[in-house]
Amino acid sequence: MVTSPPRVVVVTGVSRPLGARVAARLAADPRIERVVGLDPHEPPPALQADLAEVELIRADARAAVGAFIDLGAEAVVHMAVSSAPDAQRGGRQAMKEQNVIGTMQLLAAAQAAPGLRKLVVRSSTAAYGASFRDPAVFTEDTEPRAVPRGSFARDILDIEGYVRGFRRRRPDVPATVLRFAPFIGSAAHTTLTRLFAQPFVPTVFGRDARLQFVHVDDALEVLHRSVIEDHPGTFNVAGAGVLALSQAVRRAGRIAVPLPEGTLSTVLALARNVGIGEIGLDQIDLFVHGRVVDTGKLVREFGFTPRDTATAFDDFIAAHANGSSLTAGRLEAAERAILDGIRRTRAAISEKDREKASAGGDAS
Amino acid sequence: MLPGHADFQLPKPAAPVKVNGRRPIPEVPQMSGHPEEPATATEPDQDVVEAKDPVDIWDQRVAGGLAFLRRRLAGAYEVDDFGFDPELTDAVFQPLLRLLYHDWFRTEVFGVEHLPADGGGLVVGNHSGTVALDALMLSVAIHDRTPGARHLRLLGADLVFRVPFLSELARKSGATVACNPDAERLMSDGQLVGVFPEGFKGIGKRFADRYKLQRFGRGGFVSAALRTGTPIVPVAIVGAEETYPLLADLKPLARLLGLPYFPITPTFPWLGPLGMVPLPSKWLIQFCPPIPTAHLTEHADDPMVVYNLADQVRETIQATLLELLEKRPDPFGI
Repeated sequence: MVTSPPRVVVVTGVSRPLGARVAARLAADPRIERVVGLDPHEPPPALQADLAEVELIRADARAAVGAFIDLGAEAVVHMAVSSAPDAQRGGRQAMKEQNVIGTMQLLAAAQAAPGLRKLVVRSSTAAYGASFRDPAVFTEDTEPRAVPRGSFARDILDIEGYVRGFRRRRPDVPATVLRFAPFIGSAAHTTLTRLFAQPFVPTVFGRDARLQFVHVDDALEVLHRSVIEDHPGTFNVAGAGVLALSQAVRRAGRIAVPLPEGTLSTVLALARNVGIGEIGLDQIDLFVHGRVVDTGKLVREFGFTPRDTATAFDDFIAAHANGSSLTAGRLEAAERAILDGIRRTRAAISEKDREKASAGGDAS
Repeated sequence: MLPGHADFQLPKPAAPVKVNGRRPIPEVPQMSGHPEEPATATEPDQDVVEAKDPVDIWDQRVAGGLAFLRRRLAGAYEVDDFGFDPELTDAVFQPLLRLLYHDWFRTEVFGVEHLPADGGGLVVGNHSGTVALDALMLSVAIHDRTPGARHLRLLGADLVFRVPFLSELARKSGATVACNPDAERLMSDGQLVGVFPEGFKGIGKRFADRYKLQRFGRGGFVSAALRTGTPIVPVAIVGAEETYPLLADLKPLARLLGLPYFPITPTFPWLGPLGMVPLPSKWLIQFCPPIPTAHLTEHADDPMVVYNLADQVRETIQATLLELLEKRPDPFGI
């Protein structure tokens, strides 16, 4: 089912890299007349170039009601969902304000906008929670077995709850919920990528989580398609395949530092309080339980296959090569050196044996 | 007649053949045991090479070992969606388990031809022996005796996946949590899935109750097989009961530790770590003819069909167990 693309698209959260890139990508599409970025914060200078074609409105979600009607918005792309507290923007308090209250207000505004034809909401695979009784692979209709511990995961559950309410009240507006796996790629900057960029990666002792990533460019492609085409429903967006955490650390040439779960939580909480690092219970849950989703529905409905997890991760490694110590090249060199050493030693020993044998033969 | 009973027939008990015990052993055992066969098909070739040039083979082995280490350290291997690591399983886990399988338990396997050569299958077995060694030995038996060296994908209790280390060993060797979504996904991928419906009731039962099948739960394994149209292969395992004879179960201590039972065996906990060594019982594994389910796919939610089929599987395993026990009069014979 493909209808005409919306003429006016409102994108929230354009002061963050992903929101800005979505807005820029939609603005570059000639089928869309107007792209408006809605954000209470001024985009940082680094993103200004991306946003050259995008009209910016500095307002929070409360002002969205008026803005939607004034602009005649036909599609709303809700990207103002942050995955980790940002100390410069008010920490966890502000994160929850933006994620939960912001979504609530935005959806209330969207519900009141008469011309609205499409809603796209950024969600996360964190919506599946983390439990030891979970199936290994989540499909879109798997219900979380336990309320997750992480703040982001709890926010995601709230956000999806509001979207369900919106669907009930505006059944005429196709709502697309995209559950993204953690983003990766040469240009991705998330808590997880910063973790893998360090030379030492803390992991949980006795656990080797199964991880899945989605490349940022593929995420943008899926977001773009869900605005242009009609794909109502909830979709997992992830690269096929799995990397074990230990395997990912090894492929990145980093060194894993396994810590018991309790110690890790304490150390990270201390680090957060001091202001370094932003690894929370979300990441610890991910590192204990892992998270793998089925992307069959996305591939069928969108006709698009994101590059697989291993390939996406390779792209990230290539961009963050400094800081790796145990690279594949070095390991190969070490392997050759050890093998040559063994061969030489054995050759020397057998040479000596032969000499001894010949000497013994002479003597007798 | 009920659908589950359509082609139900207890396997005809074969004439008992003594393979061990104090009685004279027949010159030619009439069973497809394989005590003298080499573990892998490649070994004879290697021996020939070794005889010709003993230096070369060692060089190859060292090079192979180093390449394996390098691949592991560089992360250059594949892991499937369930966390199964075939390379690690074949190179490390299986050879270690094979020592127990061959030399310690002297396992004999019958009826391997009943396992599907390719495509999905659900192997349902009896569970026993305090520690779930039977599941591991079953996976070695299937890996060694099937033409394609198939891997058995075990379904484990969630307790296994709660324990650090154990959970990762289980996942890397191909196991996953026993739940219908995972079982159905594996079976529709054409994997051989292994399940022990007795669960902790089976391995935690006392030695006095040995070889008495416990309740089979709700038959969730049957509905998973029906939904995917996968044949069910019942398997009877004799020998696991004697590895750790469970004399008593300290329930209060078990509750304190969050375990389903706390075993007292003749050696554990008296001998400390030495008590963890299994007794060297003689093992027999018999695969039974597969029960097709493809014609029952629409009955997956019919509790009557599911229950009857579960009962049929249970009866088959119990009958085969008794039959195997007659073949093995001495639990610790050769």
